[in-house]
Amino acid sequence: MTEFPKTPPRFSATFTPAINAEIRRAAASGIYDIRGGGTKRHLPHFDDLLFLGASISRYPLEGYREKCATDVWLGTRFAKKPIHLEIPVTIAGMSFGALSGPAKEALGRGASAAGTSTTTGDGGMTEEERGHSRTLVYQYLPSRYGMNPDDLRRCDAIEVVVGQGAKPGGGGMLLGQKISDRVAKMRNLPKGIDQRSACRHPDWTGPDDLEIKIMELREITDWEKPIYVKIGGARPYYDTALAVKAGADVVVLDGMQGGTAATQDVFIEHVGMPILACIPQAVKALQDLGMHRKVQLIVSGGIRTGADVAKAMALGADAVAIGTAALIALGDNDPIHEAEYQKLGTTADAYDDWHEGRDPAGITTQDPELFKRFDPVLGGRRLKNYLKVMTLEAQTIARACGKNHLHNLEPEDLCALTIEAAAMAGVPIAGTNWIPGRNGGF
Amino acid sequence: MQSFDLGKEGLRALNSSLHGLKGQTNMTAWEVINPKGAHAIAAGVDAPVDITVRGSTGYYCAGMNKQATIRIKGSAGPGVAENMMSGTVIIDGDASQYAGATGRGGLLVIKGNASSRCGISMKGIDIVVHGSIGHMSCFMAQSGNMVVLGDAGEALGDSLYEARLFVRGSVKSLGADCIEKEMRPEHIALLQDLLKRGEADGKAKPEEFRRYGSARKLYNFNIDNASAY
Repeated sequence: MTEFPKTPPRFSATFTPAINAEIRRAAASGIYDIRGGGTKRHLPHFDDLLFLGASISRYPLEGYREKCATDVWLGTRFAKKPIHLEIPVTIAGMSFGALSGPAKEALGRGASAAGTSTTTGDGGMTEEERGHSRTLVYQYLPSRYGMNPDDLRRCDAIEVVVGQGAKPGGGGMLLGQKISDRVAKMRNLPKGIDQRSACRHPDWTGPDDLEIKIMELREITDWEKPIYVKIGGARPYYDTALAVKAGADVVVLDGMQGGTAATQDVFIEHVGMPILACIPQAVKALQDLGMHRKVQLIVSGGIRTGADVAKAMALGADAVAIGTAALIALGDNDPIHEAEYQKLGTTADAYDDWHEGRDPAGITTQDPELFKRFDPVLGGRRLKNYLKVMTLEAQTIARACGKNHLHNLEPEDLCALTIEAAAMAGVPIAGTNWIPGRNGGF
Repeated sequence: MQSFDLGKEGLRALNSSLHGLKGQTNMTAWEVINPKGAHAIAAGVDAPVDITVRGSTGYYCAGMNKQATIRIKGSAGPGVAENMMSGTVIIDGDASQYAGATGRGGLLVIKGNASSRCGISMKGIDIVVHGSIGHMSCFMAQSGNMVVLGDAGEALGDSLYEARLFVRGSVKSLGADCIEKEMRPEHIALLQDLLKRGEADGKAKPEEFRRYGSARKLYNFNIDNASAY
C-alpha cells in the first residue's frame, strides 16, 4: 500500500495554544485571571512612528553645545503655586499597598534627584514618599482611603482620578494577602480582607458635579495647588473637553498600556485604547477650546524610552508619566531573580502576579522579608539614571529636528510606518503625504 | 460674634478667614448670612470654632471639617460634611445626596431627612438622622455609626464593612452582605450616647432600634458569591 505524506500538525490561528491554555485554566478554576501590569497584546505604538530629522529645509542644533531645554510648568491655569519640573517625565500614581514602603521611597529619591514629581496612589500618602519627594502629587480617588485635609495641604498638586488606562470604567481590588497591619490602618479596614476601590466617586456624578468638587478642593487648599484630572483612554476628546470645562489645570491621559496593581486580564486586554490613538484626540479637544498649552496634558501608558517621550511631546503632550518602566528601573522583573520566578511558575520579564505579594524583587509586596531585599537608595539611583537617559535621548532627537525645547517638537516632525499608526497619530505614512482618515473623523 | 455676609464678601473671603483661625481661638463664634445655596461654605476649617450658617447651603458645606461645630439653619446640598475628620455638623432641615460621605470622624446630625447614599463609604464618622434616609445609604461603609430615627430606603448597607447601622423604622431592603444583628447591651449604651449627642434623646429610645451590620461573606473574593453582585 502506498504511503502518502501526512498532513503536518497545524495550529489554529483562532484557538492558539495560549487561548486553549486559558480555556483549560478557566474550566479548572471557575474564576477569571487576575494580574498586574498593562496590556500585553501587540498594538500600534510609538515604535510605528519615526522622526524625520533636519536636512536642507530644517536646521539642526549642535549636540552637547546648543541648548535644548526640557523643563515644564504644570498648573498655570488657576493654581497660585504651579509646579516647575526640570524634566517632562513624571512618575505615575502607584499606591503604598501595591508597592512596599521602600519602593515608594526609592521612587521619591530617584524622581527628586532627576528633577521631577512622584504621585501617591490608592492608599493615602506615606511619610516615605512625602519625605523623599521634592514634588508630590496627591491622588484623590473614589475610595478616599487615607484622604485628609492635612495631606491635601502638604502635597504639591492634587490629581482627581476618574479612570486609568488599564481599566477605564473599573475600580480596583487589593487582595487580602497584601493587607498588612500598616496598609489596613491607613485604609481603615480589617487586616487580611480584600479591599475594593470603587469605580465611581462617592460624592459626585458627572462633569457638572466634578466642577463643584474641584472648586471645593481649591477652597480647602486656598487655590494654591494645581489640580489634575486623570482619565483612562476611552473617549479622550470628550473626556478632555469635560475635564477642562470642570476646571482642571492639567489633564492626565492614560492609554491601555498603562499598568495596574491588579485587575482582570480580560479588562486589561479588551477595554480602552492605545495611547497613540488617545493623544491626538485630547490635543484636538484642547486646541478646539483654545486651551492647548494653557491646560497641560500629561500622557502615560507604554512610555519606555526618550524616543517615546519625544514622540508623545511631538504629538502635543506637555509631559509624560511612567509607571511600569519606573518599576523595571528599580529592579522589577530582573533576570537576576530568575530562579525564584521559576518557582512561581513564571520567568523574568513576564512576572505579573503583583497582587499575590510574593515579588522576588521586593517591590510589589508588603512582606517584610521580601522588601528587605530592596535597597531604596540604590533603587533611587537607578531610577535617576534611567530618567536622565530618557531625557538625554529625547533631547538628542529634538536637536536633530532643530528644536531648542522639547515642547517645540511637532507632528510635522513625524512620519508613520503603518496605516494604523498614521491614522491614529494623524501623521503621514513615510514617503507619502497620506494621512488616513484626515478627511473624516479625527 | 463675627458676622459674615456671604452675598457681599464672597466665598473665598469667608473660607480664607476661617482657615486663618487655625492655631488661634480669639474669634470662636461666627455667623454666615445670605448663603443663598453657595457651594463649599466653611470647607476645610481646622479650628474649634462655632459657625452658624443662616440659610440653606449648596454642595460640600463643611467638607473635610476638623474641630469646628457648624450649624446649618436650613437644608444642605449634596455632600455635606464629606470626609469630615472631627467636630460636629448640625443641619436643621434636610440633607441631599452623599451626606457625610467618606467621613472619618466627628458627628453629623440631620434633623430632617437625608437623601440617597447617606454615609456612603463612611470611615469612622457618626451620623444621626432624625428623619429617614434614601436608597443605597451606607454603601461600602467601613466604620462609624449610622442612627436613623425614621426609615431606610432600598439596599441599605450594600457591601458593608464594619460600620454599625441602627434603624428605628422600616428598611425597604438590605444590600448585599448586610444583615440584621442582635442588639446587645453595649449597643444600647452606644445608642443612648449617640441619641443624646445627636439632640434626639427626647425623640426615641435605644430599645426601639434594630441593628444591621456586615455578614462578612464578601470580605474575600469567592467565585461562589459572584451572583451576589
